[in-house]
Amino acid sequence: MSGYLGRRIAETVFLLWLMSFLIYALIGLMPGDPIDLMLSADPEITAEDAARLKALQGLDRPLIERYGFWLQGAVTGDFGYSRLYARPVVDVIGPRLVNTLILMGTSLVLALLLAIPAGIVAALYPRGLTDSTVNLLAFAGFSVPSFWLGLILIIVFAVQLGWLPAGGTAPVGSTDLLDRLRYLILPVLTLTLLAAGTFVRFVRAAMLEALREDFIRTARVKGLSRTAVVVRHAMPHAMLSLVTIVALNVGSLFSGSLVVETIFAYLGMGKLIYDSIMGNDYNLALAALLIATLVTLLANLVADIAYGWLDPRIDYGG
Amino acid sequence: MRRPWPWTILALAALLLLGGPAVARERLTIGITQYPSTLNPNIDSMAAKSYVLGFTHRPITQFDADWELQCWLCLELPDLDAGTAEVVERDDGTKGVRTRYTLHPEARWGDGTPVTTRDVAFTIEVGKHEQSGFSNAELYRRVVELEIIDDKTFVIESEKLTFLYPAINDLRLLPEHLEREVFEADPATYRNRTLFDTDPTNPGLAMGPYRITSLETGAFITLERNPEWWGKEPAFDQIVIRTIENTAALEANLLSGEIDMIEGSLGLALDQATAFEARHGERFRVFYKPGLIYEHIDLNLDNPILADRRIREALIRSIDREALSRQLFDGRQAVAHGNVNPLDWVYTEDIPTYGEDLDAARALLDEAGWTEIRDGVRHNAAGEPLRLTIMTTAGNRSRELVQQVLQSMWQRVGIDVAIQNEPARVFFGETMSKRRFPAMGMYAWISSPENVPRSTLHSEEIPTEANGWAGQNYPGFVNAAMDALIDEIEITLDRDAREQLWHELQRLYAEELPVIPLYFRADAHIWPEWLAGVAPTGHMGATSLTVENWHVAGGG
Repeated sequence: MSGYLGRRIAETVFLLWLMSFLIYALIGLMPGDPIDLMLSADPEITAEDAARLKALQGLDRPLIERYGFWLQGAVTGDFGYSRLYARPVVDVIGPRLVNTLILMGTSLVLALLLAIPAGIVAALYPRGLTDSTVNLLAFAGFSVPSFWLGLILIIVFAVQLGWLPAGGTAPVGSTDLLDRLRYLILPVLTLTLLAAGTFVRFVRAAMLEALREDFIRTARVKGLSRTAVVVRHAMPHAMLSLVTIVALNVGSLFSGSLVVETIFAYLGMGKLIYDSIMGNDYNLALAALLIATLVTLLANLVADIAYGWLDPRIDYGG
Repeated sequence: MRRPWPWTILALAALLLLGGPAVARERLTIGITQYPSTLNPNIDSMAAKSYVLGFTHRPITQFDADWELQCWLCLELPDLDAGTAEVVERDDGTKGVRTRYTLHPEARWGDGTPVTTRDVAFTIEVGKHEQSGFSNAELYRRVVELEIIDDKTFVIESEKLTFLYPAINDLRLLPEHLEREVFEADPATYRNRTLFDTDPTNPGLAMGPYRITSLETGAFITLERNPEWWGKEPAFDQIVIRTIENTAALEANLLSGEIDMIEGSLGLALDQATAFEARHGERFRVFYKPGLIYEHIDLNLDNPILADRRIREALIRSIDREALSRQLFDGRQAVAHGNVNPLDWVYTEDIPTYGEDLDAARALLDEAGWTEIRDGVRHNAAGEPLRLTIMTTAGNRSRELVQQVLQSMWQRVGIDVAIQNEPARVFFGETMSKRRFPAMGMYAWISSPENVPRSTLHSEEIPTEANGWAGQNYPGFVNAAMDALIDEIEITLDRDAREQLWHELQRLYAEELPVIPLYFRADAHIWPEWLAGVAPTGHMGATSLTVENWHVAGGG
């Protein structure tokens, strides 16, 4: 097991380096730079100013040279300054990461709490009224565009009923936990409904497949109760595929949800990554994307370990 | 027996969660779609920053809502006739100018330190430094000498005498007593360490009616009255500027009462605003301010088809811009017949105008040799189709809509126009700036009152590989008469003489048609019924500069 872990950690470090280079190169190869965009907004900025500003921000140097400088700093923990936010990258990412963790983590947990029982019940009574209803709601959940669902929730709960705030992370100047909770309800609800729709379908399909397995028939023949068959035998088997889906979703947990964050003016990682790429903020984009990459790789590692725990046939010891 | 307590707790929790605090009128909450990347007045150029600084900072000079140059921090504008400005003859025959300014005697920073000529000297020192990161350093480069008379009076000698000699709009003062230490520690990283970004709530950075008391980057900025403000007392105790980038969400926030108003230059698109007014006009006032944002189509004059003036005229005569403005923008955006806004004092109506005239367009195309029509598209004698491409910024709903209407209008006279859009950063960063657009590029120029179009029309401003793609004359317009007019306007001080030159420039522009003028964009300001005194400017000088006049209607 320790050999396996060591190999995976080495792979992770290599992949992170590769990703950093690819991301830097891809952003660098995009046409235009921040100064070009500034020029388009203000015709009074002269060509001389543009050249001076490009030199000042190192934009006149070759891409590989700029990447070298960045890598040198990054290995010592200095991720540089964010050009868009005029602050150190770490200071910009920290609060956004916390906000995203709260928003996406809560949504993920709620979506699983909703999807697992609903998927199991649907699988236990296939093609019945319950199954049809769960399927319909699940389809609605993952088919509805997030921006539309978000806006509808805002119109109903913020504009019409006036119960909840339309957007933001907290009232201006407030640090009260209850205030922050009020601002979380609508974005969490939007993301939960969207994610639950996808999870329900996976849980249902996996449970249906598990319930058809020979070992389930054997368990039934041995006289185990239905609950015991489902909980102790079918569920662990079905959870294998769910673990894969959740592991993949954890990556997006950290990169946030661009659309929902924009609609609810929620300060999370999704919007930060989008803005940093569009604004050619190399330092910020790199650090944010590398965090998302690292978390995805770690989540996959945890999922692999979980497979071994859920399925005794899998062994990493060899 | 059922125990009621869990339900009571749930109900209480729901009340706590759902019940919002009452919003008092002491606070005004403004919604905008952009958050400033920096609050330093001289680094980066963006509308959101100008808007925030309008509340907290004062320029020495700037144009007002009537597009007249005014003193905001000085006592009077320098004047050659009054002797507060004088022409300087140089050895090489050129003329410079010395202008004298006196800062307001009561002007103080928010920590009580007087605003003095030390701040002026420091700001010019930073502006002239190659590594300071100031975005527009042209003004600083032109300063030949600064003479300090006393704590409040100074004289600037500029290397070039232009009609705008009293304007030093880009000289935005920095508090020397706070920023010098930061700057001198390392000028190259000053832009990252300026107190405006690292300590933005420092009262010593403010010299406007308000000062920043709290902020959350990307979300909001809270402003409170600046106790050291020397001018008229503003009406609101607190102003909150909230950033909500999605305009549909911005509208929902306004309707739910989370924000009180939407700033026009950073708010809803015009079609969204007219739809909003139709639905909620009884609750809010929608004020449309025509501005200096000139929507137009650049024509690439290196394209052999567009090099022919007759084709350029045919293009403009085959479109109905009045109908376009009426139907898409409820007639709120004035059709442009040239590059000068009708609200600008140098504007003249005495120029050729081109209304929709399909017969004239067809005649021009025939005359230019595009006579044969096959499958609805004109062809010339060589069998080449009259096919052009129009480009704009992808995702800009208004422009894409206009583009589609124009395409169908041109189709009526046999001009086949293909739409090819690109993201803004590609369109501006590569395609337009390197003149890689094959035929037509639609976008807007933002300018200030009486803005001389040197960068966009002078032949020396055509971007080429040889000049490092400098300049913004994207059509590649070369006209000696236009060059001479631009050079002459800049140095003509006599108002009447200059007005005549401006009229000539507009006539030449309309005759040569290097671009297709579309319209002057209007900003839609949305205010609650109870708010009064807001005077939008329609130019790059922020509306917030007159915040001390904003008040609750009927409340003085």
